[in-house]
Amino acid sequence: MTLRQIVVPTAAMIVFLILWEALVWVMGWPNYKMASPSDLVPAYDRYWALFLIYGWQTLWRTVVGLLLAVVVGTAIGMVMGFSRTMRDALYPLLVGFNAIPKATVVPIVALMFVGAHDFNTILIAFMISFFPIAVSVSIGLSTLEPEYRDILKSLGASQTTIFWKIALPKTLPEFFGALKVSVTLAFIGTNLMEIVSPHGRGLGHLFDSGKTNSDYPLMFAVLIALGFLGIVLYYVVVALEKIFAGWAERSTD
Amino acid sequence: MVKRYESVMENLIDIRGVRHAYKTASGPLPVLDGLDISVPEGGFTAVVGPSGCGKSTLTKLIAGLLFPDDGDVFLQGKKVTSPRATVGMAFQNPVMLEWRTVLKNVMLPLEIVPTQLSRTEQEDRARYLLALVGLEGFEDKRPSELSGGMRQRASLCRALVHQPDVLILDEPFGALDAFTREDLWQIMHQVKEKEPFTGVLITHDLRESIYLADQVVVLSGRPARTQFVLDVKTDNRDIEMLYTPQTADMLSTLRKQIEIAQGRSPAAGDAT
Ligand SMILES: Nc1ncnc2c1ncn2[C@@H]1O[C@H](COP(=O)(O)OP(=O)(O)OP(=O)(O)O)[C@@H](O)[C@H]1O
Ligand SMILES: [Mg+2]
Repeated sequence: MTLRQIVVPTAAMIVFLILWEALVWVMGWPNYKMASPSDLVPAYDRYWALFLIYGWQTLWRTVVGLLLAVVVGTAIGMVMGFSRTMRDALYPLLVGFNAIPKATVVPIVALMFVGAHDFNTILIAFMISFFPIAVSVSIGLSTLEPEYRDILKSLGASQTTIFWKIALPKTLPEFFGALKVSVTLAFIGTNLMEIVSPHGRGLGHLFDSGKTNSDYPLMFAVLIALGFLGIVLYYVVVALEKIFAGWAERSTD
Repeated sequence: MVKRYESVMENLIDIRGVRHAYKTASGPLPVLDGLDISVPEGGFTAVVGPSGCGKSTLTKLIAGLLFPDDGDVFLQGKKVTSPRATVGMAFQNPVMLEWRTVLKNVMLPLEIVPTQLSRTEQEDRARYLLALVGLEGFEDKRPSELSGGMRQRASLCRALVHQPDVLILDEPFGALDAFTREDLWQIMHQVKEKEPFTGVLITHDLRESIYLADQVVVLSGRPARTQFVLDVKTDNRDIEMLYTPQTADMLSTLRKQIEIAQGRSPAAGDAT
């Protein structure tokens, strides 16, 4: 990591905050229309303990939902990647399932498993985020060139060996591409559950209570906190990608 | 009627009346139609023929990656029913696993085939082969940093690393310049002397076939049959042998046969 990679994004963020502050100031908006960054400081100062507790709840449920999406998505992707019939059978089902707006699923899930808030939230995070993983793994596996397989097959390697030594590593770049989309989606899923079906947990709840108490700066502060968590999760995935699929990155010099 | 040979001991590779057709969207595409090739133990057979006649298909049949619709392929006296660890193969398209270094790519077969070599001995063997083909210093590079010809050479090392009894080379030197190619021809002779194998070499280069092989098989155009077999009767493995009158005669014989195979010669009817 070079200095540039830290300085440039940080500078961009500062510029963004200044422009935001200036916009609110120039337009003369009151904070119930649009809070400015300077309104947020007192909000964080007053509620920092709540931000930590609720932020953690949102974070761990998102991560568990995402892990579930990785396991189930990879399994579905493998089934579809190896069998043409399964691909033809499952594809329309998956597309249809993915097309259903998850906001409509939230009340159904909340009624199905009354009181199981953690479970419900994880379920929605999972449902909203496994699709890209399943599709990318299935495409990665089904488009594996036979030449790659033949190298090991000609030596008498088993299907399992071929999967571990060739198919899996070859699919990793596609997998991580999908994971970067999924991590954001899982996050949206968690918050959807927290806000649409409030149960007193997570940053979504904090947002909701800001709304009921007309504490507008708090609502904006939650949004920024969500954005921050999203950035953290995203870059964790990017770091994992560098470690496990760094070879796919062509050197540009 | 196709004759069945239950066991063929005298030849290490025996291909008898092999037919093969690919199933394509527009119906079956016959590629091999009555192929006979015999390679004795320690022999080195070159196969030449027009592009698209079925040479790569032939290599896959020997390696057990494909199976004939009719006829039989015998390897070491046994009918080929699956791939074998005793075969080393350099494919026409020298794909490398991009996530591994060149060294780890060459060592790949040792992870599959049972071996007595220790971890360091395995690595030494791979390094030795890479140095032999002139790739010293590229061991830790990624395949994406190699040229096409370098990749072919690395792929040759990968075919040799587990000391196979049968070596199948599908146009292994196609992307090399003339000088590197001649170097590698000589290296192939050295390797064969040290680690004897029975070889099948697919090539487009008639001089290469005569210099490396003791038997040259000319295939007809698709669907391919064995059209002509030339015995290279010489023990002279000096590169100078390519410029003897004897070699010139063999070259012109082969060239004529290729023209027949391509259907460009009036004698095309002869071979049927
Ligand atoms: N997997 C496949 N499915 C269908 N047709 C195939 C397949 N592989 C090869 N063919 C066809 O079979 C014929 C022979 O192919 P093959 O690769 O064996 O030729 P070749 O003699 O090796 O050619 P070249 O000298 O150009 O490498 C070609 O016409 C090709 O189009
Ligand atoms: Mg070929």
